[in-house]
Amino acid sequence: MKRTRTALAILALSTLVLTACGTADEPAASSGSGGTKSVKLQLQWFVQGQFAGYIAAADQGFYKEQGLDVEILEGGVDIVPQTVLAQGQADFAIAWVPKALASREQGAGITNIGQIFQRSGTYQVSFASAHITKPADLRGKKVGNWGFGNEFELFAAMTKAGLDPGKDVTLVQQQFDMQGLLRKDIDAAQAMSYNEYAQLLEAKDPATGKLYDPSAFTVLDWNSVGTAMLQDAVWANTSKLESDASYQDTATKFLAASIKGWAYCRDNPEACRDLVVKRGSKLGASHQLWQVNEVNKLVWPAPSGAGMIDEAAWKATVDLSMTTKNADGQTVLTKAPEGLAYTNDYVQKALDTLKSQGVDVNGAGFTPKTVTLTEGGA
Amino acid sequence: MNRRGRLVLGALGAVVVGVLLWEGYKAVGPADGLSLAGARVLPRTDDAAMPHIATILSRFADPELSGGDPIWLVVLQACLFTLRSVALGFVLGGLVGLLLAVLMQRLRIVERGLLPYVILSQTVPLIALAPVIAGWGGRLSIGSYPWQPWMSVTVIAMYLAFFPVAVGMLRGLQSPAPIAEELMRSYAAGWWQTLVKLRLPASTPYLFPALRLAAAAAVVGAVVGEISTGTRGGVGRLVIEYSREATTDPAKVFTAMIGAAALGLAVAAVIGFSEFLLRRRRVRA
Repeated sequence: MKRTRTALAILALSTLVLTACGTADEPAASSGSGGTKSVKLQLQWFVQGQFAGYIAAADQGFYKEQGLDVEILEGGVDIVPQTVLAQGQADFAIAWVPKALASREQGAGITNIGQIFQRSGTYQVSFASAHITKPADLRGKKVGNWGFGNEFELFAAMTKAGLDPGKDVTLVQQQFDMQGLLRKDIDAAQAMSYNEYAQLLEAKDPATGKLYDPSAFTVLDWNSVGTAMLQDAVWANTSKLESDASYQDTATKFLAASIKGWAYCRDNPEACRDLVVKRGSKLGASHQLWQVNEVNKLVWPAPSGAGMIDEAAWKATVDLSMTTKNADGQTVLTKAPEGLAYTNDYVQKALDTLKSQGVDVNGAGFTPKTVTLTEGGA
Repeated sequence: MNRRGRLVLGALGAVVVGVLLWEGYKAVGPADGLSLAGARVLPRTDDAAMPHIATILSRFADPELSGGDPIWLVVLQACLFTLRSVALGFVLGGLVGLLLAVLMQRLRIVERGLLPYVILSQTVPLIALAPVIAGWGGRLSIGSYPWQPWMSVTVIAMYLAFFPVAVGMLRGLQSPAPIAEELMRSYAAGWWQTLVKLRLPASTPYLFPALRLAAAAAVVGAVVGEISTGTRGGVGRLVIEYSREATTDPAKVFTAMIGAAALGLAVAAVIGFSEFLLRRRRVRA
């Protein structure tokens, strides 16, 4: 009898727990303490210098000035920021434009409201001894790429140079590190200027016993080849943007504070490095300073204002997405984006606010620092 | 020599053999490995691919970042963080497995209907499942307590852990000989009494192998879940973070992998110890 009662009690308890598993409030509707508005921002990857501006805006109180309480959600191997945004688990997301447009074509209701990176940070790096100085030189080579939509610029460059990416080169799936290039498994490897390229310069050249010199490598920079695509942008939920006045207001405020954060990182890269390190990044300090500095180069100078979406660059990205075929002969996009794919309305308002506060949103006088990397980026 | 002494010696011997194999292959294997028809059949042996054991061990003592905590402490903390997901996932998964096994044993129709789905559940690739579970988690709360990322990892661990228990326990519950069941019936014992007095005791030989499998599955599920969802704090996340540094610091990623392996061993040891305790009690009784 006693046992039956225990069993009944356990049953009742588990029913209670199960029913208590309710659905949480919609994130945008919830308000934080002290009348601030809770906002969730989904990043593409772990906390690192790539996201320094948002981290600075959060930790320097720029979001709070705008009445926002921003929670920064880190990415992961299988986290797709634009999907998280479209499913309503974040209010804003950082994502590359071609990948986000591909998700959009699959039905994700998202809109680009601020093009933070005005330039592409993707390189194709090879040893200088391989003499790969233009995309056409890739013919017959082992070409590394990460896949998952990070390879479109490379494929566009090869297509433009008259190569068939599926036949004329050997495509190699790249790992997270750059050992493939250093050991010649790959002739030309994909590298972000702010991350993997620095890893190369932090590695020791076995021939000399010293760190590799930049002259040991040749870099194909898609910005100069002409196949650059737009990368890190702030994406918002389209339907809320069209119907919810308070969300529109939040979007403007979020952009204003974020751009102020990027301006802060432009003027104080060392302070931003410290903020990123403090947030628990596992990458070393010199690597993070390099990263903040390189990312600054992608944001600044911004002649028409940071975050403004340049129509020509947008069109170039869309055109490349529709015409570039991948190894399977598919294009990123099958047709031009429909509906509200991007808008400058909110970033314009945000820039006006910042200008009235005396914040330099163009960075015309921006000069990048010279960062000395140490072994392992320590 | 007593049994315990031999056990310790055997465990130490296995470690020594492992180290000798690693260093031995590193010493004699070709530095660039061996490729046949473009496919690598033997791994490389250079320091970037296979760091010396001594290098890896000494890496444990170095700080993770200059001026930071030593790596052994970081890895240990990460393992303890993951252990929470593993332990909860294992216990919950075990309970679910047990419940399903009892249900399937009780009603033949449930067994016929449910077992294929139980098996099917394990064929879904984890990397496809993990983001979905993480996605659901973002919308849930337990009462007023918001869902935490580590809870998604726990669910993934549980999802892997319930399967061996469900299948193993079903077999165990069905194991009593018909004559024993008939005896219970002749005593006018009900279903519950038969379960408690006959079926559950009879199933212990099936339970512990199932629990060991479940423990290993829970560790794998938690580590893969952390890698997949990027959950901060756990050892799975460390594996990814350190593997990014493999260009310049190849020994570092091995420290995280050794941590994950040690976590699995620790959990298996706990199961082994509880089996030992239970056996001893039964023998005494």
